[in-house]
Amino acid sequence: MKQSLWLALMAFSLPLFSQDDLLKELEQSEKPKVEYTSSTFKGSRLVNGQTVEAKGKGELEFIFSHRFGAINSGSYNLFGLDQAYVRLGLEYGITDHLGVGFGRNSVDKTMDGYLRYRFLRQSSGARNMPVTVTAFVNGAIKTSPEELPVGQIYSDRLSYTGQLLIARKFSPGLSLQLMPTIIHRNAVDKTKEDNDLIALGVGGRLKVTRSIALTSEYYYRMNLKDGNQFRNSLGVGIDIETGGHVFQLVLTNAQGITERAFIGETTGDFFAGDIHLGFNVTRSFQLKKAK
Amino acid sequence: MRLTTFVLFVLSGYWCAAQKMTAEKTFVSFFSKASIEDIKAENTKAMSIFNSETMDIVFSIPIKEFEFDKALMKEHFNEKYLESEKFPKATFAGKVSGFSKETSGEQAATAKGKMTIHGVSREIEVPGVITMEGGRLIVKAVFKIKLADYEVKIPQLLWKNIAEEVEVKIDFVYKAP
Repeated sequence: MKQSLWLALMAFSLPLFSQDDLLKELEQSEKPKVEYTSSTFKGSRLVNGQTVEAKGKGELEFIFSHRFGAINSGSYNLFGLDQAYVRLGLEYGITDHLGVGFGRNSVDKTMDGYLRYRFLRQSSGARNMPVTVTAFVNGAIKTSPEELPVGQIYSDRLSYTGQLLIARKFSPGLSLQLMPTIIHRNAVDKTKEDNDLIALGVGGRLKVTRSIALTSEYYYRMNLKDGNQFRNSLGVGIDIETGGHVFQLVLTNAQGITERAFIGETTGDFFAGDIHLGFNVTRSFQLKKAK
Repeated sequence: MRLTTFVLFVLSGYWCAAQKMTAEKTFVSFFSKASIEDIKAENTKAMSIFNSETMDIVFSIPIKEFEFDKALMKEHFNEKYLESEKFPKATFAGKVSGFSKETSGEQAATAKGKMTIHGVSREIEVPGVITMEGGRLIVKAVFKIKLADYEVKIPQLLWKNIAEEVEVKIDFVYKAP
């Protein structure tokens, strides 16, 4: 009797609960780990500017960017399509957090080189970090006009950018980013501008489907002198991802694609129709194994 | 009498607990063969418990810990296909049959139970080999998983790049308590 009751208990209780209990036990025995947030943004560019995203180690990305003329330039110019500026760029991941890149933009025939370093990663679990922070520095040189104007020296063509990119992925669908920026120009028209330009950028991404996202970006310039004829840059875009490509279709009042040009020297008034259609297309190649 | 039964039952629980073996080394890999590109990934962060008394086996695989040859593959795998932020783990809870702990050497066995991937649970049966070896127990299995069974969607453009079926290999080494 005793035996049979015991057997019955064993037979009924264990097969019913033991596996799920065992799974629970397994999950409870797990030590808390640091869970890093990944894919805050689809690519290294938000609209015109940078994102916190670093390339993976050994990954080479080719970036082809293109900005047409202003849509309000009329049918004679086919609403801007007759005129286009491009930037050809390469970026390489030295480590998972450190990247190096360079490119050439046809606006003022500007060449730029940059470093990006992601030094904080948003994480939860064993370590709680609310944001991902990447430092970005670049140097750029305008090589146009070919002959140096009288009274200028060659280094007058140089500019430098320092940026902190601070982003948080609030949910799989929503990421926001702040971009405090300083741009130093070796030479400016001092009646209208200081050498150093301070700006604060804000931007974000909203995923619509798992391959399509809406993006926007705005840079507010803070230390303006009276008579400054430039405007804050504003851009909106759609990210479409297919395999190793990210295709970004953008609308922006800026035509330049280097930091000095689009943050500091945007002339278009977005709401008056000075909108440039453009796209950024990236293609990734893995040169070295990620592991 | 009831008390005795109860005590016996509680004791039996302890006795069973003593037969629980935790995996000290785990290896999970998957391989997908497709016309354009083979995709493979490896994971050494899985956890597992095997109870040699009740023959219950459970394992849990953290999706984010799969390592790929290409950083971009890992990103897509987590962000688009397995959606690891929503479904951080793949788990299995089942029972082993055809294995006797009294026999040493290799034994063919089958595990039957509930596999959960991408938030979708299915009853599956997995054939494998269990080897007893000097206080250690090694469980190996190779099986196929259909992505559609677990609602893992592949965009039309990529279907040539990713096979609809992937081959999963597991290799767990348990140490007796």
